[in-house]
Parts: sequence; C-alpha cells; structure tokens
Amino acid sequence: MVPESYYVALSAVLFSMGVLGVLVRRNPLVIFMSIELMLNASNLALVALGQRHGTIEGQALVFFVMCVAAAEVAVGLAIIVAIFRLRRRLSVDELTLMRW
Amino acid sequence: MSLVVFVTLALLVIGSAAGLILRRNPIHGALFLVINLASVAALFLTLRAEFLAAVQVIVYAGAIAVLFIFAIMVLIPGREETGPDALRSQRWAAVPLVGVFLILVALALRSITLSSPAREPAVAGGVEAIGRVLFTDYLFPFELTSVLLLAAIVGVMALTKRRA
Repeated sequence: MVPESYYVALSAVLFSMGVLGVLVRRNPLVIFMSIELMLNASNLALVALGQRHGTIEGQALVFFVMCVAAAEVAVGLAIIVAIFRLRRRLSVDELTLMRW
Repeated sequence: MSLVVFVTLALLVIGSAAGLILRRNPIHGALFLVINLASVAALFLTLRAEFLAAVQVIVYAGAIAVLFIFAIMVLIPGREETGPDALRSQRWAAVPLVGVFLILVALALRSITLSSPAREPAVAGGVEAIGRVLFTDYLFPFELTSVLLLAAIVGVMALTKRRA
C-alpha cells in the first residue's frame, strides 16, 4: 500500500497546477477547467486523509464537493454563454463590465 | 506493485493537467481534463473508495466533461487565444508565485500528516458504507444538496433564456 502522504503531495501539485491555469490563461472556459482541477485535487486530499484516519467522513465530504462542483459548472457555463451572447468575444481581460 | 500503479497514475494526472494548461485550443484542454478526471477516479480506486470512483466517472468524466465539450462545440466557438497580450509580464510573474504557493501548501500538509496519529486500517468506501453515513449523520446536508441542485437548474434556465 502506497503511503497516504504521497497522495496528499500529488494533490498539492495538482492544486498548484490549477492555480497556475487560472492565473495564466485568458479563455474563461479553460479557467473553469482549471478550477475543476483544483476541486479534484482537494477531493483527492480528502479521500487520502480520510483513509489515513480510518474514517468514511472524508469520502462523504467528497460526495458533497462533487454535487457543488456539478452545480457550479452548470451555472458558470450558463454565465459564460450569456456573456458570449452579449459580447461575441471571450477573453477575461475584456470583461470589465463590473469594474468601477 | 501498488507503487508502480500510483506512479503511473500520478504521471497521467500531472501530464494531463500540464496539457490542459499549456494547449491553446480549449477542445484539447477539455479532452485532457477527461484524462485527468479518469486518472483521479483510478486513484480513488487504489485508495479503496470504489463508490467515489464510480461517481467521479459518471458525474465528472461523464456529465461535466460532456457539458464543457458541448459548450465549446455548440454554443461558443473554441477559438484559440490570439492577439496581443496586455498582461504578459504579469502572467510570467504567476509562475514563481505559484511555486511559492506550492511550497507553502506542502509545508502545511507536511505538518498535518506528521502530527496526525499512526495509520488506521483503511476503510472500504463501498455503497453501503457511504450510504449509511449519508443517510444518518449527514442527512441534512444531503437534503440541502437537492435544494442546491434545484437552484442551479432554475438559475441556468433563467440565465440562458433568450429575451422574447
């Protein structure tokens, strides 16, 4: 059995790659996928740490995270589609509608 | 043997995440995301979380990935990022910042994993075990999830409805 700390380390790397994707990409769709990467990394850490403590609670929490992620993706994609219909362009640098 | 499996899956996870970040075409990114989610599902299997592995494949690699690809192919032309980048220097600054962030996270996680007590035997995350916890201790959050999903459905329909 591989020690759980390996899984936790992998999840830290995966989370950082998600952060990098959010910071360096301009396409909101790719930024969204990077957010999914981060959610997955946290799920992996939750499962690994739950197994380390021998409890099932970590996996129950992952279940809820997945539900929230599904709702988040649906609403977020709807917002992106609505913005695209309004502006016909997709770059987060041009979306300054809410800046004062 | 299990270490070989873990290393293979870890390389797949990191490689597909790098592909998602580096490829300019969003469709390629979505396909890399599918590989990534499937590899994480396999990692769940190696952690004996069978139920979560199945849910991961169904919800993430099935529903969410299809939603992404659908949005790119039908609703939004998956255009590549072109044109001058006004914030190019800031984007390069993101790389060392993420490096610092990774070090901080690694230090925090290391203190957690070192301070926690010795390993307990791993529990099997089958349907029965998860269902028992979900419908006893976590019944209220579980019911709240249904409200959340309903709110998401209504919100999506309100957002994407064309004005008459």
